Amino acid sequence: MDRRVEPGGDDVGPMKPAPFEYHAPRQLKDAAELLARLPNAKLLAGGQSLVPMMNFRYVIVDHLIDLGGLDELRGTAVVDGALRIGAMTRQRDLEFSPEVARQCPLLAEALRHVGHRQTRNRGTMGGSLAHADPAAELPAVCAAYDATVHALSVRGIRQIAFREFCTGFMATALAPDEMIAAVDLPIWRLGHGHGFHEFARRQGDFAIAGAAALLDVGADNVVRRAALTLFGVAASPLRVEAAEAQLAGKPLDAAAIRAAAAAAWLIAPISDIHAGGEYRRHLAQVLSARALNDAARRAGVEA
Amino acid sequence: MGKQATRVMVNGKSYARVVDARLTLADFLRHELNLTGTHLGCEHGVCGACTVLVDGRTARSCLMFAVQANGCAVTTVEGLAPDGQLSVLQQAFIDNHGLQCGFCTPGMLMTLTELLGDTPEPSEQDVREALTGNLCRCTGYAGIVAAALDAAQRLRGTVAKPGSP
Ligand SMILES: Cc1cc2nc3c(=O)[nH]c(=O)nc-3n(C[C@@H](O)[C@H](O)[C@H](O)COP(=O)(O)OP(=O)(O)OC[C@H]3O[C@@H](n4cnc5c(N)ncnc54)[C@H](O)[C@@H]3O)c2cc1C
Ligand code: FES
Ligand code: FES
Repeated sequence: MDRRVEPGGDDVGPMKPAPFEYHAPRQLKDAAELLARLPNAKLLAGGQSLVPMMNFRYVIVDHLIDLGGLDELRGTAVVDGALRIGAMTRQRDLEFSPEVARQCPLLAEALRHVGHRQTRNRGTMGGSLAHADPAAELPAVCAAYDATVHALSVRGIRQIAFREFCTGFMATALAPDEMIAAVDLPIWRLGHGHGFHEFARRQGDFAIAGAAALLDVGADNVVRRAALTLFGVAASPLRVEAAEAQLAGKPLDAAAIRAAAAAAWLIAPISDIHAGGEYRRHLAQVLSARALNDAARRAGVEA
Repeated sequence: MGKQATRVMVNGKSYARVVDARLTLADFLRHELNLTGTHLGCEHGVCGACTVLVDGRTARSCLMFAVQANGCAVTTVEGLAPDGQLSVLQQAFIDNHGLQCGFCTPGMLMTLTELLGDTPEPSEQDVREALTGNLCRCTGYAGIVAAALDAAQRLRGTVAKPGSP
Protein backbone atom coordinates (compact mmCIF):
# COMPACT_ATOMS: atom_id res chain seq x y z
CA MET A 1 0.00 0.00 0.00
CA ASP A 2 1.50 3.29 -1.09
CA ARG A 3 0.83 5.43 1.96
CA ARG A 4 1.82 9.03 1.48
CA VAL A 5 2.91 11.37 4.23
CA GLU A 6 1.69 14.93 3.77
CA PRO A 7 3.96 17.88 4.65
CA GLY A 8 2.18 18.21 8.01
CA GLY A 9 3.50 14.77 8.95
CA ASP A 10 0.09 13.05 8.92
CA ASP A 11 0.02 9.57 7.47
CA VAL A 12 -3.03 10.03 5.28
CA GLY A 13 -3.06 6.84 3.24
CA PRO A 14 -3.68 6.67 -0.48
CA MET A 15 -5.22 9.92 -1.63
CA LYS A 16 -5.64 11.51 -5.00
CA PRO A 17 -7.37 14.88 -4.54
CA ALA A 18 -5.97 17.70 -2.43
CA PRO A 19 -7.62 18.03 0.99
CA PHE A 20 -10.93 19.86 1.30
CA GLU A 21 -13.73 20.43 3.76
CA TYR A 22 -16.92 18.51 2.88
CA HIS A 23 -20.38 20.01 3.35
CA ALA A 24 -23.63 18.12 2.87
CA PRO A 25 -26.46 20.67 3.26
CA ARG A 26 -30.00 19.32 3.70
CA GLN A 27 -31.76 22.54 2.73
CA LEU A 28 -31.46 24.45 -0.52
CA LYS A 29 -31.08 27.77 1.29
CA ASP A 30 -28.20 26.33 3.34
CA ALA A 31 -26.47 25.26 0.12
CA ALA A 32 -26.86 28.75 -1.34
CA GLU A 33 -25.62 30.31 1.87
CA LEU A 34 -22.53 28.04 1.95
CA LEU A 35 -21.75 28.81 -1.69
CA ALA A 36 -21.99 32.54 -1.02
CA ARG A 37 -19.88 32.42 2.13
CA LEU A 38 -17.12 29.84 1.63
CA PRO A 39 -13.94 30.82 -0.23
CA ASN A 40 -12.70 28.60 -3.08
CA ALA A 41 -15.76 26.35 -2.87
CA LYS A 42 -17.26 24.14 -5.57
CA LEU A 43 -20.55 22.30 -5.90
CA LEU A 44 -20.51 18.52 -6.19
CA ALA A 45 -23.34 16.96 -8.22
CA GLY A 46 -22.74 13.55 -9.82
CA GLY A 47 -18.98 13.99 -9.65
CA GLN A 48 -18.48 12.42 -13.08
CA SER A 49 -16.61 15.45 -14.44
CA LEU A 50 -15.48 17.19 -11.26
CA VAL A 51 -13.93 14.24 -9.42
CA PRO A 52 -11.67 13.19 -12.35
CA MET A 53 -10.36 16.77 -12.40
CA MET A 54 -9.85 16.68 -8.63
CA ASN A 55 -8.09 13.33 -8.86
CA PHE A 56 -5.67 14.87 -11.37
CA ARG A 57 -5.46 17.97 -9.17
CA TYR A 58 -6.47 20.12 -12.13
CA VAL A 59 -9.04 21.36 -9.66
CA ILE A 60 -8.10 22.06 -6.05
CA VAL A 61 -10.85 23.30 -3.76
CA ASP A 62 -10.99 24.24 -0.10
CA HIS A 63 -14.67 23.40 0.23
CA LEU A 64 -16.90 20.92 -1.55
CA ILE A 65 -20.66 21.42 -1.23
CA ASP A 66 -22.46 18.16 -2.02
CA LEU A 67 -25.90 18.75 -3.54
CA GLY A 68 -26.71 15.02 -3.28
CA GLY A 69 -28.93 15.42 -0.21
CA LEU A 70 -31.19 18.10 -1.68
CA ASP A 71 -34.40 16.35 -2.69
CA GLU A 72 -35.84 19.71 -3.77
CA LEU A 73 -33.45 19.65 -6.74
CA ARG A 74 -34.61 16.24 -7.99
CA GLY A 75 -37.43 15.29 -10.33
CA THR A 76 -39.45 16.52 -13.28
CA ALA A 77 -42.76 18.38 -13.64
CA VAL A 78 -44.68 20.12 -16.40
CA VAL A 79 -44.94 23.85 -15.57
CA ASP A 80 -46.46 26.41 -17.97
CA GLY A 81 -45.98 24.32 -21.07
CA ALA A 82 -42.40 23.40 -20.25
CA LEU A 83 -40.78 20.30 -18.79
CA ARG A 84 -38.99 21.46 -15.64
CA ILE A 85 -36.04 19.28 -14.68
CA GLY A 86 -34.42 19.62 -11.27
CA ALA A 87 -30.66 20.11 -11.45
CA MET A 88 -29.88 17.00 -9.40
CA THR A 89 -32.06 14.67 -11.46
CA ARG A 90 -29.81 11.78 -12.51
CA GLN A 91 -29.26 11.27 -16.22
CA ARG A 92 -30.27 7.62 -15.92
CA ASP A 93 -33.60 8.55 -14.31
CA LEU A 94 -34.32 10.96 -17.16
CA GLU A 95 -33.33 8.30 -19.71
CA PHE A 96 -36.12 6.03 -18.46
CA SER A 97 -38.66 8.68 -17.52
CA PRO A 98 -41.96 8.20 -19.42
CA GLU A 99 -42.58 11.92 -18.98
CA VAL A 100 -39.33 12.84 -20.73
CA ALA A 101 -40.03 10.32 -23.52
CA ARG A 102 -43.48 11.84 -24.06
CA GLN A 103 -42.75 15.56 -23.66
CA CYS A 104 -39.14 15.93 -24.77
CA PRO A 105 -38.24 12.87 -26.86
CA LEU A 106 -35.10 14.60 -28.20
CA LEU A 107 -33.72 14.67 -24.65
CA ALA A 108 -34.54 10.99 -24.16
CA GLU A 109 -32.68 10.07 -27.32
CA ALA A 110 -29.66 12.26 -26.53
CA LEU A 111 -29.27 10.74 -23.04
CA ARG A 112 -28.35 7.36 -24.48
CA HIS A 113 -25.17 8.95 -25.82
CA VAL A 114 -24.09 10.58 -22.54
CA GLY A 115 -21.22 8.46 -21.25
CA HIS A 116 -22.06 4.99 -19.97
CA ARG A 117 -24.75 3.52 -17.74
CA GLN A 118 -22.36 3.74 -14.77
CA THR A 119 -21.74 7.47 -15.33
CA ARG A 120 -25.43 8.18 -16.06
CA ASN A 121 -26.42 6.53 -12.77
CA ARG A 122 -24.53 9.31 -10.96
CA GLY A 123 -24.28 12.18 -13.46
CA THR A 124 -26.94 14.88 -13.31
CA MET A 125 -28.71 17.29 -15.63
CA GLY A 126 -27.43 20.38 -13.80
CA GLY A 127 -23.86 19.11 -13.60
CA SER A 128 -23.70 18.58 -17.33
CA LEU A 129 -25.03 22.09 -18.07
CA ALA A 130 -22.71 23.77 -15.55
CA HIS A 131 -19.70 21.82 -16.86
CA ALA A 132 -20.58 23.03 -20.39
CA ASP A 133 -18.28 20.76 -22.35
CA PRO A 134 -18.49 21.80 -26.03
CA ALA A 135 -19.09 18.16 -27.05
CA ALA A 136 -21.70 17.44 -24.38
CA GLU A 137 -25.15 16.31 -25.51
CA LEU A 138 -27.36 17.87 -22.83
CA PRO A 139 -26.36 21.50 -23.42
CA ALA A 140 -27.01 20.90 -27.14
CA VAL A 141 -30.50 19.64 -26.36
CA CYS A 142 -31.16 22.68 -24.15
CA ALA A 143 -30.00 24.93 -26.98
CA ALA A 144 -32.39 23.18 -29.40
CA TYR A 145 -35.35 23.67 -27.05
CA ASP A 146 -34.45 27.31 -26.18
CA ALA A 147 -34.38 26.23 -22.56
CA THR A 148 -34.42 28.52 -19.54
CA VAL A 149 -31.98 27.96 -16.68
CA HIS A 150 -33.08 28.81 -13.15
CA ALA A 151 -30.04 30.13 -11.29
CA LEU A 152 -30.37 30.23 -7.53
CA SER A 153 -28.34 32.20 -4.99
CA VAL A 154 -28.86 33.94 -1.66
CA ARG A 155 -30.06 36.86 -3.81
CA GLY A 156 -32.96 34.83 -5.18
CA ILE A 157 -33.73 33.06 -8.46
CA ARG A 158 -32.66 34.45 -11.83
CA GLN A 159 -33.82 33.07 -15.16
CA ILE A 160 -31.21 32.77 -17.88
CA ALA A 161 -32.17 32.08 -21.51
CA PHE A 162 -30.02 29.21 -22.74
CA ARG A 163 -28.89 31.39 -25.65
CA GLU A 164 -27.06 33.49 -23.06
CA PHE A 165 -26.07 30.64 -20.76
CA CYS A 166 -23.01 29.26 -22.56
CA THR A 167 -20.53 32.12 -22.77
CA GLY A 168 -17.51 30.31 -24.19
CA PHE A 169 -15.37 27.19 -23.89
CA MET A 170 -16.63 25.49 -20.70
CA ALA A 171 -17.83 28.85 -19.41
CA THR A 172 -21.33 29.85 -18.34
CA ALA A 173 -23.25 32.94 -17.31
CA LEU A 174 -23.53 31.66 -13.72
CA ALA A 175 -22.11 34.03 -11.09
CA PRO A 176 -19.68 32.42 -8.62
CA ASP A 177 -22.38 32.31 -5.93
CA GLU A 178 -25.09 30.92 -8.23
CA MET A 179 -26.16 27.33 -8.74
CA ILE A 180 -28.49 25.77 -11.27
CA ALA A 181 -31.71 24.82 -9.49
CA ALA A 182 -33.64 23.63 -12.55
CA VAL A 183 -33.96 23.95 -16.30
CA ASP A 184 -37.19 24.42 -18.27
CA LEU A 185 -37.50 22.79 -21.71
CA PRO A 186 -40.50 24.27 -23.60
CA ILE A 187 -42.60 21.37 -24.88
CA TRP A 188 -43.16 21.20 -28.62
CA ARG A 189 -46.58 20.33 -30.05
CA LEU A 190 -47.48 16.64 -29.86
CA GLY A 191 -46.60 15.01 -33.18
CA HIS A 192 -43.47 17.07 -33.79
CA GLY A 193 -40.40 15.20 -34.98
CA HIS A 194 -36.97 14.94 -33.43
CA GLY A 195 -33.61 13.61 -34.59
CA PHE A 196 -30.28 13.17 -32.85
CA HIS A 197 -27.05 11.91 -34.36
CA GLU A 198 -23.48 12.06 -33.18
CA PHE A 199 -20.18 10.64 -34.26
CA ALA A 200 -17.83 9.37 -31.55
CA ARG A 201 -14.96 6.91 -31.73
CA ARG A 202 -16.72 4.53 -29.34
CA GLN A 203 -20.23 4.41 -27.89
CA GLY A 204 -20.14 6.54 -24.74
CA ASP A 205 -17.20 8.72 -25.73
CA PHE A 206 -17.59 12.45 -26.08
CA ALA A 207 -18.73 13.22 -29.62
CA ILE A 208 -16.37 14.57 -32.26
CA ALA A 209 -19.46 16.25 -33.69
CA GLY A 210 -23.21 15.91 -33.37
CA ALA A 211 -26.53 17.36 -34.50
CA ALA A 212 -29.93 17.68 -32.82
CA ALA A 213 -33.06 18.59 -34.79
CA LEU A 214 -36.69 19.44 -33.99
CA LEU A 215 -39.35 19.88 -36.68
CA ASP A 216 -42.98 20.89 -36.31
CA VAL A 217 -44.75 20.15 -39.59
CA GLY A 218 -48.37 21.10 -40.30
CA ALA A 219 -50.96 18.86 -41.96
CA ASP A 220 -50.23 20.75 -45.18
CA ASN A 221 -46.63 19.48 -45.00
CA VAL A 222 -45.39 23.02 -44.35
CA VAL A 223 -42.74 23.45 -41.64
CA ARG A 224 -44.13 25.60 -38.86
CA ARG A 225 -41.01 25.61 -36.77
CA ALA A 226 -37.51 24.16 -37.01
CA ALA A 227 -34.52 23.96 -34.67
CA LEU A 228 -31.12 22.60 -35.66
CA THR A 229 -28.24 22.54 -33.18
CA LEU A 230 -24.67 21.39 -33.72
CA PHE A 231 -22.31 20.42 -30.92
CA GLY A 232 -18.65 19.45 -30.69
CA VAL A 233 -17.86 21.88 -33.49
CA ALA A 234 -17.58 25.17 -31.60
CA ALA A 235 -16.87 26.42 -28.06
CA SER A 236 -20.53 25.89 -27.19
CA PRO A 237 -23.64 24.46 -28.89
CA LEU A 238 -24.43 26.25 -32.14
CA ARG A 239 -27.92 26.91 -33.51
CA VAL A 240 -27.81 26.81 -37.30
CA GLU A 241 -30.18 29.71 -37.84
CA ALA A 242 -29.61 29.79 -41.60
CA ALA A 243 -30.90 26.21 -41.85
CA GLU A 244 -33.89 26.95 -39.62
CA ALA A 245 -34.83 29.99 -41.69
CA GLN A 246 -34.59 27.96 -44.89
CA LEU A 247 -36.94 25.28 -43.57
CA ALA A 248 -39.56 27.42 -41.82
CA GLY A 249 -42.72 28.25 -43.76
CA LYS A 250 -41.87 25.96 -46.68
CA PRO A 251 -42.95 22.46 -47.70
CA LEU A 252 -40.73 19.74 -46.27
CA ASP A 253 -39.11 17.39 -48.77
CA ALA A 254 -35.75 15.78 -49.46
CA ALA A 255 -34.47 18.82 -51.33
CA ALA A 256 -35.39 21.13 -48.42
CA ILE A 257 -33.51 18.92 -45.99
CA ARG A 258 -30.48 18.78 -48.29
CA ALA A 259 -30.43 22.54 -48.56
CA ALA A 260 -30.80 23.00 -44.80
CA ALA A 261 -28.00 20.53 -44.03
CA ALA A 262 -25.82 22.37 -46.52
CA ALA A 263 -26.18 25.48 -44.35
CA ALA A 264 -24.27 23.63 -41.63
CA TRP A 265 -21.35 23.76 -44.06
CA LEU A 266 -20.89 27.49 -43.48
CA ILE A 267 -19.59 27.17 -39.97
CA ALA A 268 -15.91 27.48 -39.04
CA PRO A 269 -15.41 24.43 -36.83
CA ILE A 270 -12.81 23.84 -34.13
CA SER A 271 -9.78 21.71 -34.88
CA ASP A 272 -8.04 19.59 -32.23
CA ILE A 273 -6.19 16.30 -31.72
CA HIS A 274 -9.43 14.33 -32.19
CA ALA A 275 -10.33 15.73 -35.60
CA GLY A 276 -9.45 18.55 -37.94
CA GLY A 277 -11.79 21.39 -38.84
CA GLU A 278 -12.43 20.12 -42.36
CA TYR A 279 -13.54 16.74 -41.02
CA ARG A 280 -15.81 18.31 -38.44
CA ARG A 281 -17.35 20.50 -41.13
CA HIS A 282 -18.10 17.40 -43.17
CA LEU A 283 -19.56 15.63 -40.13
CA ALA A 284 -21.71 18.65 -39.28
CA GLN A 285 -23.37 18.47 -42.67
CA VAL A 286 -23.82 14.69 -42.74
CA LEU A 287 -25.13 14.51 -39.18
CA SER A 288 -27.48 17.47 -39.75
CA ALA A 289 -29.02 15.68 -42.70
CA ARG A 290 -29.47 12.50 -40.69
CA ALA A 291 -31.00 14.34 -37.73
CA LEU A 292 -33.36 16.31 -39.97
CA ASN A 293 -34.37 13.16 -41.86
CA ASP A 294 -35.23 11.39 -38.60
CA ALA A 295 -37.16 14.44 -37.43
CA ALA A 296 -39.10 14.61 -40.69
CA ARG A 297 -39.95 10.90 -40.57
CA ARG A 298 -41.13 11.17 -36.97
CA ALA A 299 -43.22 14.19 -37.90
CA GLY A 300 -44.95 11.96 -40.44
CA VAL A 301 -43.14 13.14 -43.58
CA GLU A 302 -41.29 10.70 -45.82
CA ALA A 303 -38.60 13.04 -47.13
CA MET B 1 -8.34 18.85 7.66
CA GLY B 2 -11.60 17.53 6.39
CA LYS B 3 -12.27 14.52 8.65
CA GLN B 4 -15.81 13.28 8.46
CA ALA B 5 -17.86 10.42 9.88
CA THR B 6 -19.43 8.03 7.41
CA ARG B 7 -21.55 4.94 7.88
CA VAL B 8 -21.77 2.62 4.90
CA MET B 9 -23.48 -0.74 4.52
CA VAL B 10 -21.11 -2.92 2.48
CA ASN B 11 -22.23 -6.36 1.34
CA GLY B 12 -24.88 -6.37 4.08
CA LYS B 13 -22.54 -5.35 6.90
CA SER B 14 -22.56 -1.86 8.44
CA TYR B 15 -19.25 -0.01 8.85
CA ALA B 16 -18.81 3.32 10.66
CA ARG B 17 -15.55 5.18 10.15
CA VAL B 18 -14.12 8.65 10.47
CA VAL B 19 -12.26 9.32 7.25
CA ASP B 20 -10.67 12.11 5.24
CA ALA B 21 -13.35 13.72 3.09
CA ARG B 22 -11.07 13.27 0.08
CA LEU B 23 -10.84 9.48 0.51
CA THR B 24 -12.50 7.90 -2.51
CA LEU B 25 -15.03 5.13 -2.01
CA ALA B 26 -12.62 2.81 -3.87
CA ASP B 27 -9.76 3.50 -1.45
CA PHE B 28 -12.18 3.26 1.47
CA LEU B 29 -13.20 -0.23 0.36
CA ARG B 30 -9.66 -1.36 -0.37
CA HIS B 31 -7.67 0.25 2.45
CA GLU B 32 -10.16 0.78 5.28
CA LEU B 33 -12.20 -2.40 4.81
CA ASN B 34 -9.53 -4.52 3.10
CA LEU B 35 -12.00 -5.44 0.37
CA THR B 36 -9.41 -5.53 -2.39
CA GLY B 37 -11.64 -7.18 -4.96
CA THR B 38 -12.56 -3.73 -6.26
CA HIS B 39 -9.73 -2.79 -8.61
CA LEU B 40 -8.38 0.60 -9.58
CA GLY B 41 -7.14 1.07 -13.12
CA CYS B 42 -7.32 4.69 -14.18
CA GLU B 43 -8.78 6.52 -11.18
CA HIS B 44 -10.54 9.00 -13.43
CA GLY B 45 -13.68 7.23 -14.48
CA VAL B 46 -12.68 5.67 -17.79
CA CYS B 47 -11.78 2.01 -17.27
CA GLY B 48 -14.63 0.74 -15.08
CA ALA B 49 -12.45 -1.65 -13.03
CA CYS B 50 -13.66 0.04 -9.83
CA THR B 51 -17.38 -0.39 -10.58
CA VAL B 52 -19.52 -1.25 -7.54
CA LEU B 53 -23.26 -1.10 -6.86
CA VAL B 54 -24.43 1.88 -4.78
CA ASP B 55 -28.02 1.39 -3.66
CA GLY B 56 -28.32 -1.23 -6.38
CA ARG B 57 -26.95 0.87 -9.24
CA THR B 58 -23.52 0.74 -10.81
CA ALA B 59 -21.13 3.55 -9.97
CA ARG B 60 -17.45 4.19 -10.40
CA SER B 61 -16.03 4.04 -6.88
CA CYS B 62 -13.00 6.12 -7.95
CA LEU B 63 -15.37 9.04 -8.69
CA MET B 64 -17.21 8.95 -5.35
CA PHE B 65 -15.97 10.01 -1.97
CA ALA B 66 -16.58 7.62 0.91
CA VAL B 67 -18.44 10.41 2.71
CA GLN B 68 -20.92 10.58 -0.19
CA ALA B 69 -21.79 6.94 0.46
CA ASN B 70 -22.92 7.81 4.00
CA GLY B 71 -26.20 5.95 4.53
CA CYS B 72 -25.87 3.98 1.28
CA ALA B 73 -25.77 0.24 0.66
CA VAL B 74 -22.72 -0.76 -1.39
CA THR B 75 -22.20 -4.14 -3.06
CA THR B 76 -18.70 -5.13 -4.17
CA VAL B 77 -17.52 -8.20 -6.05
CA GLU B 78 -16.98 -9.90 -2.68
CA GLY B 79 -20.74 -9.56 -2.15
CA LEU B 80 -21.52 -11.67 -5.22
CA ALA B 81 -20.24 -14.84 -3.57
CA PRO B 82 -20.87 -14.29 0.13
CA ASP B 83 -20.33 -17.90 1.21
CA GLY B 84 -17.74 -18.72 -1.41
CA GLN B 85 -20.50 -20.00 -3.69
CA LEU B 86 -20.00 -18.34 -7.09
CA SER B 87 -22.93 -16.50 -8.60
CA VAL B 88 -24.43 -17.79 -11.84
CA LEU B 89 -22.68 -14.95 -13.69
CA GLN B 90 -19.32 -15.72 -12.11
CA GLN B 91 -19.62 -19.40 -13.03
CA ALA B 92 -20.52 -18.40 -16.58
CA PHE B 93 -17.34 -16.27 -16.76
CA ILE B 94 -15.28 -19.36 -15.91
CA ASP B 95 -17.16 -21.56 -18.37
CA ASN B 96 -16.90 -19.07 -21.25
CA HIS B 97 -13.31 -17.85 -20.80
CA GLY B 98 -14.65 -14.48 -19.66
CA LEU B 99 -11.38 -13.59 -17.95
CA GLN B 100 -7.67 -13.88 -18.42
CA CYS B 101 -5.61 -11.68 -16.07
CA GLY B 102 -8.75 -10.86 -14.08
CA PHE B 103 -8.01 -7.19 -13.56
CA CYS B 104 -11.18 -5.92 -15.24
CA THR B 105 -13.31 -8.80 -13.96
CA PRO B 106 -14.75 -7.27 -10.77
CA GLY B 107 -16.00 -4.26 -12.69
CA MET B 108 -17.33 -6.43 -15.52
CA LEU B 109 -19.22 -8.58 -13.01
CA MET B 110 -20.80 -5.60 -11.27
CA THR B 111 -21.90 -3.97 -14.52
CA LEU B 112 -23.35 -7.22 -15.83
CA THR B 113 -25.05 -7.95 -12.51
CA GLU B 114 -26.92 -4.68 -12.92
CA LEU B 115 -27.69 -5.38 -16.58
CA LEU B 116 -29.08 -8.87 -15.90
CA GLY B 117 -31.18 -7.39 -13.10
CA ASP B 118 -32.86 -4.76 -15.30
CA THR B 119 -32.70 -6.64 -18.63
CA PRO B 120 -33.33 -10.37 -18.12
CA GLU B 121 -33.28 -11.07 -21.88
CA PRO B 122 -30.41 -8.94 -23.18
CA SER B 123 -29.40 -9.01 -26.82
CA GLU B 124 -25.72 -9.15 -27.72
CA GLN B 125 -26.03 -5.43 -28.53
CA ASP B 126 -27.42 -4.72 -25.04
CA VAL B 127 -24.48 -6.54 -23.47
CA ARG B 128 -21.92 -4.77 -25.63
CA GLU B 129 -23.49 -1.40 -24.91
CA ALA B 130 -23.47 -2.03 -21.16
CA LEU B 131 -19.79 -3.01 -21.41
CA THR B 132 -18.72 0.19 -23.19
CA GLY B 133 -17.97 1.55 -19.73
CA ASN B 134 -15.61 -1.31 -18.86
CA LEU B 135 -12.26 -1.81 -20.54
CA CYS B 136 -10.57 -5.22 -20.89
CA ARG B 137 -7.04 -5.44 -22.28
CA CYS B 138 -6.92 -9.26 -22.49
CA THR B 139 -9.99 -11.07 -23.71
CA GLY B 140 -11.14 -9.08 -26.72
CA TYR B 141 -14.56 -9.09 -24.98
CA ALA B 142 -15.91 -12.11 -26.91
CA GLY B 143 -15.71 -14.42 -23.88
CA ILE B 144 -17.22 -11.79 -21.61
CA VAL B 145 -20.17 -11.22 -23.95
CA ALA B 146 -20.68 -14.99 -24.25
CA ALA B 147 -20.59 -15.33 -20.47
CA ALA B 148 -23.20 -12.61 -20.02
CA LEU B 149 -25.56 -14.16 -22.57
CA ASP B 150 -25.01 -17.61 -21.09
CA ALA B 151 -25.69 -16.34 -17.56
CA ALA B 152 -28.86 -14.59 -18.72
CA GLN B 153 -30.08 -17.85 -20.20
CA ARG B 154 -29.20 -19.84 -17.08
CA LEU B 155 -30.96 -17.29 -14.89
CA ARG B 156 -34.08 -17.60 -17.03
CA GLY B 157 -33.84 -21.38 -16.55
CA THR B 158 -33.48 -22.10 -20.25
CA VAL B 159 -29.97 -23.50 -20.54
CA ALA B 160 -29.07 -24.42 -24.07
CA LYS B 161 -28.00 -28.04 -24.51
CA PRO B 162 -24.31 -28.47 -25.28
CA GLY B 163 -23.78 -28.31 -29.01
CA SER B 164 -27.02 -26.47 -29.75
CA PRO B 165 -26.66 -22.89 -31.08
C1 LIG C 1 -16.02 7.86 -18.79
C2 LIG C 1 -16.87 9.10 -18.90
C3 LIG C 1 -17.50 9.37 -20.10
C4 LIG C 1 -18.29 10.51 -20.23
N1 LIG C 1 -18.89 10.75 -21.43
C5 LIG C 1 -19.68 11.85 -21.57
C6 LIG C 1 -20.35 12.11 -22.78
O1 LIG C 1 -20.26 11.36 -23.75
N2 LIG C 1 -21.12 13.24 -22.86
C7 LIG C 1 -21.25 14.11 -21.80
O2 LIG C 1 -21.95 15.10 -21.92
N3 LIG C 1 -20.64 13.86 -20.63
C8 LIG C 1 -19.87 12.76 -20.49
N4 LIG C 1 -19.23 12.54 -19.29
C9 LIG C 1 -19.44 13.53 -18.20
C10 LIG C 1 -20.79 13.31 -17.54
O3 LIG C 1 -20.84 11.99 -17.11
C11 LIG C 1 -21.05 14.18 -16.31
O4 LIG C 1 -22.18 13.66 -15.67
C12 LIG C 1 -21.34 15.64 -16.54
O5 LIG C 1 -20.41 16.23 -17.40
C13 LIG C 1 -21.28 16.44 -15.23
O6 LIG C 1 -22.36 16.12 -14.43
P1 LIG C 1 -22.17 15.71 -12.91
O7 LIG C 1 -23.53 15.66 -12.32
O8 LIG C 1 -21.38 14.47 -12.84
O9 LIG C 1 -21.42 16.98 -12.33
P2 LIG C 1 -20.10 17.15 -11.44
O10 LIG C 1 -18.98 16.41 -12.03
O11 LIG C 1 -20.42 16.91 -10.01
O12 LIG C 1 -19.89 18.73 -11.64
C14 LIG C 1 -19.42 19.27 -12.86
C15 LIG C 1 -19.25 20.78 -12.71
O13 LIG C 1 -20.51 21.42 -12.59
C16 LIG C 1 -20.62 22.12 -11.36
N5 LIG C 1 -22.00 21.92 -10.91
C17 LIG C 1 -22.61 20.73 -10.68
N6 LIG C 1 -23.90 20.92 -10.36
C18 LIG C 1 -24.13 22.25 -10.41
C19 LIG C 1 -25.29 23.07 -10.21
N7 LIG C 1 -26.48 22.54 -9.89
N8 LIG C 1 -25.15 24.41 -10.35
C20 LIG C 1 -23.96 24.96 -10.69
N9 LIG C 1 -22.84 24.24 -10.89
C21 LIG C 1 -22.92 22.90 -10.75
C22 LIG C 1 -19.56 21.52 -10.46
O14 LIG C 1 -19.14 22.43 -9.48
C23 LIG C 1 -18.48 21.19 -11.46
O15 LIG C 1 -17.73 22.32 -11.76
C24 LIG C 1 -18.44 11.40 -19.13
C25 LIG C 1 -17.83 11.11 -17.91
C26 LIG C 1 -17.04 9.97 -17.78
C27 LIG C 1 -16.37 9.69 -16.47
S1 FES D 1 -10.47 3.14 -11.71
FE1 FES D 1 -12.48 3.94 -11.65
S2 FES D 1 -13.02 3.96 -13.71
FE2 FES D 1 -10.92 3.38 -13.82
S1 FES E 1 -9.02 -10.07 -18.25
FE1 FES E 1 -7.24 -8.85 -18.24
S2 FES E 1 -8.06 -6.87 -18.45
FE2 FES E 1 -9.80 -8.09 -18.74
